[in-house]
Amino acid sequence: MRLRSIPLSAWIGILGIAIAIFAAIFADFIAPYGEGEIVGDIWLPMGGDFLLGTDNLGRDLLSRLIFGARTTISVALAASILCFSLGMILSFTAAVTGGVVDQVLSRLNDLMMSVPALILALVILAVLPQNIFILITVMAVIDSTRVYRLGRAVALDVAVMEFVEAAKLRGEGKIWIIFREILPNTLSPLLAEFGLRFAFSILFLSTLSFLGLGIQPPAADWGGMVKDNKDGIIFGISAALVPGGAIAALAVCVNLVVDWLLKRTSSLKGGRGDA
Amino acid sequence: MTGTGPSQGPATPNDAPGAEEPRVAIIAGGPALLTGSGAKGATAGGIRLLRSPLASLILQRLALSVALLFAVSILIFGGVEALPGDFATTYLGQSATPQAVDNIRKDLGLDKPLTERYVTWLGGAVQGDFGTSWASRNSVSEQIGKRLGNSLFLAFFAAIVSVPLAIGLGMLAVQYRNRLPDRIINIVSLAAISLPEFFIGYLLILFFAVNLGIATFPSTVYDSMTFLERLKAIALPVTTLVLVVLAHMMRMTRAAILSVMSSAYVETAELKGLSSLRIIARHAAPNAIAPVITVVALNLAYLVVGVVVVEVVFVYPGMGQYMVDAVTVRDMPVVQACGLIFAAFYILLNMAADILAILANPRLRHPR
Amino acid sequence: MHNLLSVKNLKIEATSYPPGAPPRRVTLVDNVSFDLAKGKVLGLIGESGAGKSTIGLSALAYGRGGAEITGGQVLLDGTDILPLGKSGIRKIRGARVCYVAQSAAAAFNPAHKLGNQVIEATVMHGLMSREEARKRALYLFQVLGLPNPETFGDRFPHQVSGGQLQRAMTAMALCSNPELIIFDEPTTALDVTTQIDVLAAIKHAIEATGTAALYITHDLAVVAQISDDIMVLRHGKMVEYGAVQQIIEAPREDYTRALVNVRQTAREEAPDQTNTLLKVEHVSAQYSNGFKVLHDVSLHLPKGQTLAIVGESGSGKSTLARVVTGLLPHTEGRVVFDGKEMTPSLNKRSRDDLRRIQLIYQMADTAMNPRQTVRDIIGRPLTFYDGLRGAAKTARVKELLDQIEMGSGFVDRYPAELSGGQKQRVAIARALAAKPELILCDEPTSALDPLVAEGILKLLLRLQEEEQLSYVFITHDIGIVRAIADSVAVMHRGNLVRFGPKSKVLAPPFDDYTDLLLKSVPEMEIGWLEKVLATRKMASADN
Repeated sequence: MRLRSIPLSAWIGILGIAIAIFAAIFADFIAPYGEGEIVGDIWLPMGGDFLLGTDNLGRDLLSRLIFGARTTISVALAASILCFSLGMILSFTAAVTGGVVDQVLSRLNDLMMSVPALILALVILAVLPQNIFILITVMAVIDSTRVYRLGRAVALDVAVMEFVEAAKLRGEGKIWIIFREILPNTLSPLLAEFGLRFAFSILFLSTLSFLGLGIQPPAADWGGMVKDNKDGIIFGISAALVPGGAIAALAVCVNLVVDWLLKRTSSLKGGRGDA
Repeated sequence: MTGTGPSQGPATPNDAPGAEEPRVAIIAGGPALLTGSGAKGATAGGIRLLRSPLASLILQRLALSVALLFAVSILIFGGVEALPGDFATTYLGQSATPQAVDNIRKDLGLDKPLTERYVTWLGGAVQGDFGTSWASRNSVSEQIGKRLGNSLFLAFFAAIVSVPLAIGLGMLAVQYRNRLPDRIINIVSLAAISLPEFFIGYLLILFFAVNLGIATFPSTVYDSMTFLERLKAIALPVTTLVLVVLAHMMRMTRAAILSVMSSAYVETAELKGLSSLRIIARHAAPNAIAPVITVVALNLAYLVVGVVVVEVVFVYPGMGQYMVDAVTVRDMPVVQACGLIFAAFYILLNMAADILAILANPRLRHPR
Repeated sequence: MHNLLSVKNLKIEATSYPPGAPPRRVTLVDNVSFDLAKGKVLGLIGESGAGKSTIGLSALAYGRGGAEITGGQVLLDGTDILPLGKSGIRKIRGARVCYVAQSAAAAFNPAHKLGNQVIEATVMHGLMSREEARKRALYLFQVLGLPNPETFGDRFPHQVSGGQLQRAMTAMALCSNPELIIFDEPTTALDVTTQIDVLAAIKHAIEATGTAALYITHDLAVVAQISDDIMVLRHGKMVEYGAVQQIIEAPREDYTRALVNVRQTAREEAPDQTNTLLKVEHVSAQYSNGFKVLHDVSLHLPKGQTLAIVGESGSGKSTLARVVTGLLPHTEGRVVFDGKEMTPSLNKRSRDDLRRIQLIYQMADTAMNPRQTVRDIIGRPLTFYDGLRGAAKTARVKELLDQIEMGSGFVDRYPAELSGGQKQRVAIARALAAKPELILCDEPTSALDPLVAEGILKLLLRLQEEEQLSYVFITHDIGIVRAIADSVAVMHRGNLVRFGPKSKVLAPPFDDYTDLLLKSVPEMEIGWLEKVLATRKMASADN
């Protein structure tokens, strides 16, 4: 991979993601005020002491945005990693084992996919206690269905290639076949898919928080911040648009990078279906 | 989902008719458990409708969807019960004394056995009776009746605006493939699919309702409104929905049309010296119908769900609002009923997409 | 009077975008000139990548996949068609010059009936009324030998077979009474026995209508049956150009001579056919969907010899190889290797058993992991079976590379960096690394150009001598069978039709199928086609 072959759009995306991650890691050092600290009047305009103004309780929006970056990114990342691992393990097992195992897993997957993600999340979260681990797990399990579908298709695609059969003929075990023959050839589409899952997790988490079912206050996460400040819209206060804009910006950056990865992939599988 | 492998036969080039059949499976979301390959065995002169493999394929698809809906109902009802954490305790939260828990259980009918409750619920659901809400003690079905109409009204208008726009823009992008209009469309749509619905919604409200004052917010509708008044009220939410769905749909229609335009038979048409118009209309279009319909149906299914967030943003009295409010207070009958209905629409639209794709496939309409 | 088609100094270029490197300009066709008179056939022959299709398409002023005509002239009846604008070119395409593609299956629109597509260009160009065009199409269907010509036009592409589609495509090209037809490898994708029928139909139709033709193929024997003149191409440049008689019987250039003399390797049949290594006894097998693919097949292979299994696609020859290796367990019968009965399924065989039987695939591209270097590909069996690692492994890999006539500099290359022939050699080295006794070769040369294939065959024969290997060689090419086999088995639809020493199997009296098969392989002999059609006893399955 040569550096100059990476297009400008992908660089912008990488830069955006880097800034967000930097903010997330060094939040304690770079945020001007505390996460829940009340520093001024409600809904002060941007500028002066408070670069982005204050929110509905008088807390500094910039600081909350930075701490929110930490919450949003870490939860979204945790959910994506869990979702991806779960989907990959199940799909590869199904693809390589075949037979009943494959049938059962695939039918279960189809069943879960036939209920839209948000609805399923709402139903499940209506019952379970409010808890960050439960939130991550629910997001991960629901989204893993899509990773399963892609992983299985890609694994099957590669699994029927003759070099995999040649390995079987040699007498290689399943572990070797999965890790040394199939996996290295599926990296590109899978990497792109991970990116898509991450973007989706950010949006999904924000939506859930916006609806009051995600991260609970007073912890700052971008979706929750939109919910907090939405009542100001009718008065012309744009405070809710700040975290909303941050969510959008981060999602755009991830999508730009994913787009570049998808273009490098010659496989027709995966992607958003809009290649 | 089938695949070739060591224990299945290779395709024989001269015995097999034409090229391999396109998969009916869809791009994202929704199950597509059948491909078209089961359609061999046409009857030469039998009773055409009933014995036609096309009809049997469609019936199979219908039956599958019904079975799926049934399974989903079990999932929604039973899954919720099987989740860890005693429901009554969670519901009461802080005030969960053993006596209170017991009372709640009896009150909500949670002490009856699981299967009995499921059967009662399902039986009622099929007849349209979803029981009573725990929060308001009103009939759930009554509320749903009003609100479903509202949500469908919203979704309908969003659909009739976004579908023609998406197809048109997709065709435009293909026409100017890789030139400036296509690139602009690509970047703008990429940004649009990254924006959360609530962001777009609030942006529109701030701009049009507050600053310009030309749109209404919140978008309350009530029975005594005229049709035109209703349309005015839903203008902003519809715009939001359209923007969200349009970007996805347009990208996918572009991809579908592009793949048809790069096929060998389009090249043949060009080498026969046919005019561009004829190539597009007679050669590309008939083959693009199936994939484009699939894309549209997929996105409409998504629209049904997108309605949830939009209703909350615009405070619109629809199913989405109803469900979110119920979830916040853990009003289970409402949550289950709404969940089932949303899922039903989703499954229905996916099934319609599959069936339309089957109908549009000439290999299945005219079997060997 | 000028020639119908006159190509002068044609130059075609394209831009290639190799991943991770700046785009480059490549020359696909360099300074090619030829003439074609009315009613004559010119054969364009060359290996893949020679530029033949590109040249053929230039007669329609068309460049596929980004190819641009950057120099020279293409004169159709005296007028250069290259500077014509879009509408000018459209008038010519489909009316005066028509194209028959390699894959008719992909070239027909699945959404419309065949009849409509066949007459479309003629009607759209205003050359005939719909009725007249239909009548002409009917006539052409008859000339081309299509079944039920009256109703053939009402069918859809997916309802007819490959050979019929190819003929329909020819009818489509002939319908508008063009002056010139470009045939782009029209029989390459078809089975051997079908090929002959389609070839004969095309020849008959061309003669009956007096159309000129450009016939593109990589098979010199085929082009010898149908052309008046031949042009040999290589890497986009003209190698030789002359009358068919001269090219076939007295080629001037070395490259042409090599193409003509292909398959001159011959192996004397081994006299002693005892000392059996592999015995297949009454083996039957079926796929998981119940389809019976092998019926009671029995044959044997003596040590150190070559058994050629020949048949068309669907004959079960590849399946038999899979049964022997254990990929597809047989349902009846036994497979006995070196006196020991092998378990049907490969899962239960010991590592040593697996080592002794190796398989070489037809497509070397997909037979090797694109993410592994040559060192890993050849080295893995060494590590897996013999525990060699590190320096010892690399040394042995280099030895094997020498043996397959490739230098040791190849150790760190990836498959994508190798040519077709090199990839197949590496695959052979991989098989050798296991120190096998039996190698099953599943059409290893079918996907390669004739000269490269020749090299691989020579290599295999040499290795057989050096390492005392036994081969089961699966192929559809009788020429190869004649060249390298000791014993031959003919298969048809899962049944063993004929088996025995080469001299016996390839000598009359023949059963009907073997007769058909043997008569379907074009010889490098002018007039062979007519001779063979006269004496055929069995019709091909395609009709």
